[in-house]
Amino acid sequence: MGLPQAKLTATEARLASLAMPVQAGWTRPLREAALTRVQDLGLPGRRDEYWRFTRPDELISAAPVPAAVLPPAENATFEDIDRLRLVFVDGVFDPEASDDPALAGLEITRLAEAEAQDISWAADLYGVLETRGQSPVPRPLAALNTAFATDGVLIRATGKVEKPVNLVYRHCDETSDAILHHLIRVEPGADLTVLETGPAAARFNKVMEVDVADGGAFHHVRSQGRDHDRRAATHIFARLGEESIFKSFTLTMNGALTRNEVVIEMTGDNGTAHVAGACMGDGSFHHDDTVFITHDALNCESRQVFKKVLRKGATGVFQGKILVKAGAQKTDGYQISQSLLLDEEANFLAKPELEIYADDVACSHGSTSGAIDEDALFYLRSRGVPKAEAQDMMVLSFLAEAIEEIEAEAVRDEVVASLADWLERHRR
Amino acid sequence: MLEIKNLHASLEEEGKEILKGVNLTVEAGKVHAIMGPNGSGKSTLSYVLSGKGGYEVTDGSATLAGADLLAMEAEERAAAGLFLAFQYPVEIPGVGNMTFLRTAVNAQRKARGEEEMDAATFLKEVRAKAKDLKIDAEMLKRPVNMGFSGGEKKRNEILQMAMLEPKMCILDETDSGLDVDAMKLVADGVNALRAPDRGFLVITHYQRLLDHIVPDVVHIMAKGRIIKTGGPELALEVERNGYADILAEVA
Repeated sequence: MGLPQAKLTATEARLASLAMPVQAGWTRPLREAALTRVQDLGLPGRRDEYWRFTRPDELISAAPVPAAVLPPAENATFEDIDRLRLVFVDGVFDPEASDDPALAGLEITRLAEAEAQDISWAADLYGVLETRGQSPVPRPLAALNTAFATDGVLIRATGKVEKPVNLVYRHCDETSDAILHHLIRVEPGADLTVLETGPAAARFNKVMEVDVADGGAFHHVRSQGRDHDRRAATHIFARLGEESIFKSFTLTMNGALTRNEVVIEMTGDNGTAHVAGACMGDGSFHHDDTVFITHDALNCESRQVFKKVLRKGATGVFQGKILVKAGAQKTDGYQISQSLLLDEEANFLAKPELEIYADDVACSHGSTSGAIDEDALFYLRSRGVPKAEAQDMMVLSFLAEAIEEIEAEAVRDEVVASLADWLERHRR
Repeated sequence: MLEIKNLHASLEEEGKEILKGVNLTVEAGKVHAIMGPNGSGKSTLSYVLSGKGGYEVTDGSATLAGADLLAMEAEERAAAGLFLAFQYPVEIPGVGNMTFLRTAVNAQRKARGEEEMDAATFLKEVRAKAKDLKIDAEMLKRPVNMGFSGGEKKRNEILQMAMLEPKMCILDETDSGLDVDAMKLVADGVNALRAPDRGFLVITHYQRLLDHIVPDVVHIMAKGRIIKTGGPELALEVERNGYADILAEVA
């Protein structure tokens, strides 16, 4: 079965602009297989079921749309948190700017260097979760990433890691087109927090494959912002073992086009998976959260909490699915997607999906769109809080349920601070 | 302190006139009560004075210490010294009670050109005032009015009033939803704030609140107007005979 002509042409044009890294070692066969997946699937087109709300054109074009390089923010997010920084500049690891990766309970290897080494856990993971995540919904941009990633980092946590690893993405080149692939393995009982910050590149394609073993815990907080022209397609593929914990929160401010996909497979009993996002969109901003959580074990809990604040023509998209397989009894699934539309021009498109094949489960979902509650706004103003400030308070109030998903208080405070800062800078 | 002259106001959407010429003067240091049957316009009067949207003032004036209230935004009225204790205080998830209160105190100070209250002083004051109202530290930490009982919400209103130190306090059916003990606690809080330079307008259905907050003047409001004014004995008359006699008398 061949691809439609338009899709074939677009896919070939993009593939012609890419080359596999010459140093590819043990990843080469995995990359070749991924390339075959891309060729079979074709890159996303507007008629694809999961791309109806988001135009993929700028994510699949041969060259990226140039993006202005902005001076770094005065107060970078997570600056006050004791963390281990791994810095990438336009998608290339910069050891000089990074911290010494030696930390108890942690093994860190740069992908570009790992290629020549025999790292068995990584060989069992690279492209593996991505491949599993291709069904039932194809994710060709992730396969493209597996085939052509130029860099990334391999992180293996063997114990409770005392401080977070911060992947810092710097953007210095207006036409950079970065493809990063990270592998993360959290061993039984280990506990790892990964933070991600920074604009990364003009166009950013990132895949993170996260394998959380039995009793492991993985916390992920990322802040996307300060990059008005950014186009990004990111994927997280996670596999969760028994009694493991996976919690991911994403803050998105600005960016022209962002598609964040999270694909989670709960394969061990009593697992916990929380995925949350808060986004602030202004003007020509398009933000898409596409989440797919599969329950394939007993007594697992999953939560999806996504909140979007949109104005002046900004568009928010949420496509969230909970799939409960036969036998995944006692599943507790929760999904909420809400938008706060600050004016008539803002758009929110939501597609919540539940597919359940077990009979003893509790799953709920909800999706709403609304304006700022006038009664609450009046209450604040009647106490003397000026209108603009009162509106900002209402925005933070709206986002609170998502932000509360961040467990670490210091990290949560930083996220709130950067939101408050954004709101103040964008006051009308 | 508060001077209302021939105030007419309508619902913006329906154009229905609710206030039909209210005349009322509350002097500094005095407590005035407004009683009246449902639908007489009591709550509307409080909203129009404090600047809630959805109402259109078609005639008349309202001034606070000589300043034209109706020309100001809600927050400017607050900074000018007006405070409305809500009948139904609003729950605001994700905004800490303390953060909100401190933002309000300092926003008002800033608007008046005064120096902001530093964190330590604020904390000290709020703790002392909360203690008087039996508001515990846990309640102060929670998001605004979230998980508060009816009585706790009303006490929180009085705490805000105590911190903001307004010139003119309007209490909109503060007794609704309160049991006797809670009402007494709230009344004690209000009485503690009575001062020679502060006026009160207490809106209530029932006389019982006025046993605890004893008014200097009682007004009866009906069909968008003040129809009768008297001393505290007027409230007792309402308690005994209801509004029917008074309504018939002025008709």
